[in-house]
Amino acid sequence: MSTATIRVELPAHLRTLARVGAEVAIAVQLNGEGRVTQRAILDALEARYPMLCGTIRDHVTHKRRAFLRFFACAEDWSHESPDAPLPEEVASGKEPFLIVGAIAGG
Amino acid sequence: MSGVRLLVGTKKGAFVMTSDGKREKWDISGPHFGGWEIYHMKGSPVDPNRLYASQTSGWFGQLIQRSNDGGKTWEPVGNKFVYDGVPGTHQWYDGTPHPWEFKRVWHLEPSLTDPDTVYAGVEDAAMFRTTDGGQNWEELSGLRGHGTGPRWQPGAGGMCLHTILLDQNVPGRMFIAISAAGAFRTDDAGKTWKPINQGLNSKFLPDPTAEVGHCVHRIATHKARPGVLFMQKHWDVMRSDNAGDLWTEVSGNLPTDFGFVIDVHAHEPETIYVVPIKSDSEHYPLEGKLSVYRSRTGGNEWQELTNGLPQRDCYVNVLRDAMAVDSLDKCGVYFGTTGGQVYCSADAGDSWSPVVQNLPGVLSVEVQTLP
Repeated sequence: MSTATIRVELPAHLRTLARVGAEVAIAVQLNGEGRVTQRAILDALEARYPMLCGTIRDHVTHKRRAFLRFFACAEDWSHESPDAPLPEEVASGKEPFLIVGAIAGG
Repeated sequence: MSGVRLLVGTKKGAFVMTSDGKREKWDISGPHFGGWEIYHMKGSPVDPNRLYASQTSGWFGQLIQRSNDGGKTWEPVGNKFVYDGVPGTHQWYDGTPHPWEFKRVWHLEPSLTDPDTVYAGVEDAAMFRTTDGGQNWEELSGLRGHGTGPRWQPGAGGMCLHTILLDQNVPGRMFIAISAAGAFRTDDAGKTWKPINQGLNSKFLPDPTAEVGHCVHRIATHKARPGVLFMQKHWDVMRSDNAGDLWTEVSGNLPTDFGFVIDVHAHEPETIYVVPIKSDSEHYPLEGKLSVYRSRTGGNEWQELTNGLPQRDCYVNVLRDAMAVDSLDKCGVYFGTTGGQVYCSADAGDSWSPVVQNLPGVLSVEVQTLP
């Protein structure tokens, strides 16, 4: 199965935790149609940076944590299926996949 | 000269403070994990440089951090807390069944004998244990499953297991406390548990002397005499002389017996400390005067301690895990406030001075006595 190099932007606290900069590049498996999905990105991200396990999605259910959002190509993908194909621009590396902390709390 | 290391958890990070035996000048490092809530930090009794910290956030969930050099550097370890089997339900605030959901770790209690073994008290109330230095956690599900769990209900702060006491005299014996379920004891290292709430009286319960449902804020004991327990309940200060089998009230002449913290002098098992708070709806000291009360008689007769503490316009709270004592010859007593002050008494409470004054709200204070 082929892979693509995906750009992922992390919120500040997770950059500190993973000891990375604002954006990381990770190899992500493409699905059978050559597309990249949220699930594949998060699987690859957690495999590369295991300290992020549980901080973006639940360990067991893999449900997105309530105060995090997933953006790509100026669209909110948070409520889409984790297996829905993301835009081609993400798979090609032209656009990053954004993991964003929601505006909440103080 | 020996010294002390304070481990202070706040709403916006962790701080490590060290001093020599005089406890007058302090070196302060931090914030570690800036911006995260640090519910609790504690060191291993057998390896004081091995520290554990509970780091949590509404956005990113729970992390556990471990240090092998006394808090200079840290590494994240395991953060997977999964209830054993089908979690079942407890009571919600309105009395309806509500599924158990993991929210955070309130308290970490390292083993008395093994630096890699740690007990964790969590919300929704349960107890977990690691035996590999925090990499993996397993629930001691005999507590949640012993029978009364479906009747437990959260207090205002959540349904948290906030206190864990390890008995150094009786192998396998542990005491824990849950808001708002009560106190529990195991005599077989966590396999089986029983409620130890006889003698408690909570007027907010339909049956004020019910087996469970009491909002226990904190329990404490002297290391050399762990069968004698002291309790700060929602209201009432209590003691038990038989490992929790029966409690009697020792509020005595306290101006208010509401509060959160309670602790025991390191060398005098009958000397105990509380910080009275005005009421359950007004979480600040009486008349804006911050006072610690000390009893040298195991309760009932209390002495107000104010020397060095603010005696006007002080409206802070002292949360349940935010008092500690060291074991130097003159016992040191420490507490932190929701206003970000940490106070130290190097003379068992007779006088107080601030270690630091403008931290984020303090959630927990622990102290290590160093050689």
